[in-house]
Amino acid sequence: MSLASEGADLSKPLDLAQPSLAGVEDYVALLKPRVMSLVVFTALVGLLVAPGHIHPVIGFAALLCIAIGAGASGALNMWYDADIDAVMTRTARRPIPAGRVQPGEALAFGVMLACFSVAVFGLLVNWLAAALLAFTIVFYVVVYTMWLKRSTPQNIVIGGAAGAFPPMIGWAAVTGDITLAPVLMFLIIFFWTPPHFWALGLLKSDDYARAKVPMLPVVAGPDATRRQILIYSLILAPVGLAPAVAGFAGLIYGAVALACGAVFVRLAWRVYRDRAGAAAATAAKRLFAFSLLYVFVLFAALLADNLLARLGFAP
Amino acid sequence: MSDDDGIVLTEEQKRRRRARSIAIALSLGVLVLLFYAVTLVKGPAVLVRPL
Repeated sequence: MSLASEGADLSKPLDLAQPSLAGVEDYVALLKPRVMSLVVFTALVGLLVAPGHIHPVIGFAALLCIAIGAGASGALNMWYDADIDAVMTRTARRPIPAGRVQPGEALAFGVMLACFSVAVFGLLVNWLAAALLAFTIVFYVVVYTMWLKRSTPQNIVIGGAAGAFPPMIGWAAVTGDITLAPVLMFLIIFFWTPPHFWALGLLKSDDYARAKVPMLPVVAGPDATRRQILIYSLILAPVGLAPAVAGFAGLIYGAVALACGAVFVRLAWRVYRDRAGAAAATAAKRLFAFSLLYVFVLFAALLADNLLARLGFAP
Repeated sequence: MSDDDGIVLTEEQKRRRRARSIAIALSLGVLVLLFYAVTLVKGPAVLVRPL
C-alpha cells in the first residue's frame, strides 16, 4: 500500500460536508516553521542593518508580515506538491498527504494569509516592501513550485531566489529603497541555496526519483552534482566576503565570512572527493549540516558587526 | 438517528474544532492589538500615505 492511499485521496475535491480533522498543529506545520525561522532571521538582519530608523512596533509588524507571507508560501507549496509529498519518506507525514488537512483547506489558508500579509505590510509599513513580499510569494509558488520544480534540474537554482529575498524585504521595510547592500545579502543566500539543497539531494536522491522530481542528482547523476556543489561553493565563499570588501561590513564580519567560506569549500571538496560508500554519505551530511549553520553565522556576524559599528566599537 | 441530525462530530473532532476556534480568536486578538499599537505610533493618518 502506498503512503498516499493510507492518507488523503488527493484527487478528490474539497468535501465541505466532512468535518475537518485538522488540529492547530497541522495548520502550524503548513506554515513550514523551520523554513520560516530562517526567513524571519535573515529579514530581521536586513531590517536591523539598514540605515535609518524604524519604530519597534512597525518593525515587529514588518517581521510578522514577512513571517506570515513565508508561511503562506509554505502552505501553498504543500497544497500543490501534496502528490509529491505523499511518495517521499521525508514529507509523507505532512498534514495533506497524511489526510489530516484537505487540499482545499490548505489552498484557502495559504491564499488568505498571502493576501492578508501583503495588504497589511503595505498599509502599515511601505508598499515597496509589500510588493517585494508579494513577488517572493508568487515566485516561490508559481515559478518554483508549479513550474520549475517538476521541469528542470535547475529548479532550486532559480527557485532559490525566493528564499534570498527576505533580507532585501527587511531592508526595504526601513529605507523604502534597494541598494547594493541588500543585493549582496540576496546573493549570499542565492549562491548558498544550490549546494545546500544538492547536499540533501545526494542523500535523498531515491526519494526524489520515486517522486519524479528532476533534482540534479536524479537527472545528471551524483558525480555531476558533486561538481556543481563544488563550483557553487567556490562562488559562494567570495560572495560571502563581498559585504566586507564593499565596505558595507567590517573586519569582524570579514573574518567570520572568510573562515566560514573556507570551511564550506573544504566540506564541498570532501563531497567532490568522497564518492562512494559511507564516506560519501558522511561528506554530504556534513556539508548539509554546516550549510545551515553557515547562513545563520554569516547573518549573525553581519548584525553583530553593524551593531558594534553603530555603538562605536568597530575595529 | 434521523436524517435531520446532520453531521455528528466525535469528541476528538469537537476538541480539534475548539482548538482551531481558540487559535483563530487569539490571532484576531493579536491583530487588533497590532493595529491599535500601530495607530498609536503612526497617528490617525496611518492609512493616508502616497502610493
